[in-house]
Amino acid sequence: MINSIPINYYIWLSATLFTIGVLGVLYRRNAIIIFMCIELMLNAVNLLMVAFSSYLNDASGQVFVFFIMAVAAAEVAVGLAILVLMYRNTKTIDINVLNRLKW
Amino acid sequence: MVSIDFLVSFVPLFPLLGFLFVAFNTKRFTEGFTAVVACGSVLASFIASLSLFIHLVSTDGVRSIDVALFTWISAGDFTTSISFLIDPLSSLMLLIITGVGFLIHVYSIGYMHDDPGFNRFFSYLNLFVFFMLLLVMGDNYLVMFIGWEGVGLCSYLLIGFWFKNQAYNDAANKAFIMNRIGDLGMLLGIILIFINFGSIQYAEVFSNATNANTSTLTLITILLFIGAMGKSAQIPLYTWLPDAMAGPTPVSALIHAATMVTAGVYMVARNNLLYALSPIAMELIVIVGLATALFAATIALTQNDIKKVLAYSTVSQLGLMFLALGLGAFTGGIFHMATHAFFKALLFLGAGSVIHALHHEQDIRKMGGLRKHLPVTYLTFLIGVLAISGIPPFAGFFSKDEILASAFAHNKIVWAIALLASMLTVFYMFRLLFLTFFGNPRASHDSISHIHESPQSITMPLIALAVLSAIGGFMGIPEALGGSHWLGEFLSPVFAASQPLLEEHHLSHSTEYILMAAVVVLTAMIIGYAYSRYVTKKHLPASEGQITNPAQRILYHKYYIDEIYDLLIVKPVYWISEQFYSVVEKSGIDRLVNFSGRSVESGSKLARLLQNGSLGYYIFAMVIGIALLLGFAGRY
Repeated sequence: MINSIPINYYIWLSATLFTIGVLGVLYRRNAIIIFMCIELMLNAVNLLMVAFSSYLNDASGQVFVFFIMAVAAAEVAVGLAILVLMYRNTKTIDINVLNRLKW
Repeated sequence: MVSIDFLVSFVPLFPLLGFLFVAFNTKRFTEGFTAVVACGSVLASFIASLSLFIHLVSTDGVRSIDVALFTWISAGDFTTSISFLIDPLSSLMLLIITGVGFLIHVYSIGYMHDDPGFNRFFSYLNLFVFFMLLLVMGDNYLVMFIGWEGVGLCSYLLIGFWFKNQAYNDAANKAFIMNRIGDLGMLLGIILIFINFGSIQYAEVFSNATNANTSTLTLITILLFIGAMGKSAQIPLYTWLPDAMAGPTPVSALIHAATMVTAGVYMVARNNLLYALSPIAMELIVIVGLATALFAATIALTQNDIKKVLAYSTVSQLGLMFLALGLGAFTGGIFHMATHAFFKALLFLGAGSVIHALHHEQDIRKMGGLRKHLPVTYLTFLIGVLAISGIPPFAGFFSKDEILASAFAHNKIVWAIALLASMLTVFYMFRLLFLTFFGNPRASHDSISHIHESPQSITMPLIALAVLSAIGGFMGIPEALGGSHWLGEFLSPVFAASQPLLEEHHLSHSTEYILMAAVVVLTAMIIGYAYSRYVTKKHLPASEGQITNPAQRILYHKYYIDEIYDLLIVKPVYWISEQFYSVVEKSGIDRLVNFSGRSVESGSKLARLLQNGSLGYYIFAMVIGIALLLGFAGRY
């Protein structure tokens, strides 16, 4: 069934998702939203991996996806912890407040 | 039996060891121990020199020993070694340096007693003796030059020995800088010798000298003579010597009368062949020597500082020595150098004894009547004055007579000027003697009551030098007086090569008798005049403000030479330095340095705008960067 959907559709979908993620990272100032956008980009890549894995009948793509998901889970834990600390210190999660690291 | 080679290397070794031993223990050694080490090392060196001398005298045939210690520099075609040449000339110099040096070391024990720098003083003195020995013993120009520079250094250190007095430091700097001017000429001369002869060994240079072109030789000899002008205080580089009297009196005696200042005389005598081959340089030496002799003698007439009078007298006597060398009477120059070492060291040490007794009073107007209080000093000083004035049979008579005789044979005008200079010498020396030791005491009552004769360590060297000044002339009794001129005989191998090149002037014995008689009668008349002026009429030199006679005023101010040098050289140099400071340094170098600093600073100002702290901007830059990287990566 899945083979009836052409590979092009997957590529377009994941490219769209990735672009949404990139633009979200670039334009939003809320740290949680940026964080979610990063996850979106990761998942766009995951989707592409799985699609090609099935298309090419090669399991190694799916192995990569599991790796990425494990790393992303760890990253979420660290990233959210940073966000909590940031909120405790600045009472906001606006990234424009974090501009003190300059000359 | 120690082998001769060992003996030769022992001569400079002892003072060097003495210097190192004392210099590294200045805080630890007691005065007595330092004195024993320092005097002992020079005495050991004297004994070694004496046995070398005896060896030379008792050898028939070739009287010279050449000892190469080790190869020092070897680069391409150029090799030079630390090697020593002992021939009659250097052997005589060794005896004077170590002999007079030893007496002055002993004298210094008494003179420098209780000085906080006692140990330092003796280490410098030993170092000086070492370098002076190196200067006269070297068998090539380079070893001589090391000694030449080394004695200059020691002279500087000892003139500024009491370095807490800024005037003394200035005098030391003046001596050092003046000598540097001369040394530059010396160095250029040595370089020219190497270029033209391909060697700096005396033996090789002299054996090829006759093939060399005369103008080159003239240039070389004049450059070397410029070195001698600096070291031996000749016009125009003489002004440092009177100022050098800032040093302790034994230093004035050893360095600035007996040994170092005669290095120039030694150097010219050593190179007698080169000088004989370049008549122009010889003429120059005659003119400079004669001018210096007269010029310095006239200045000495009006000076009131006991050491300054002696200093100008030294300059004048050195002029006479150069006159002799320039006339080709090398033996006469060396003879006068030897006798001068005795009587001038004696006079300086005597002056030191007076200064010591009067608690550092140097003005002869505040002395007088010291004959009764300082009998030994008076008697020895009197012998020194008689010797320098050329009263027979004291040392100065024979050596000065020899110079005057060769001047008479050469040119009557030269003779007349030299005679005038030596008669002026008689006058100012007796003026000094009468003002210091005769008449009524002019020192304050307080210091008169404390006067006592100096300790034995001071009087013994005085007596020894007085004996030498009295009999030193007998080593060169002229044939006219029935002697055989032993010194001339002894030195003849050194000057053998140059003698055929020079015109022979022979005076008949009757002419010599007339000259001697005339000189002695003139001398006696001048002594009589000085006696009536300073003892009978009790004339006292006026103080500076009271001098009305313009000629006397000019003499008192030493022809204003120091002021002229100051105006012509020192001030312009300062002015140029000031210009360099304000133009080159401030608006050139400083600006360049500041510009490079500022440009880095403004560059970083631009670069740091990238780090604006905004996270969004960083992410944007990152995305653009990755996109560009991927874009490039995708193209290949």
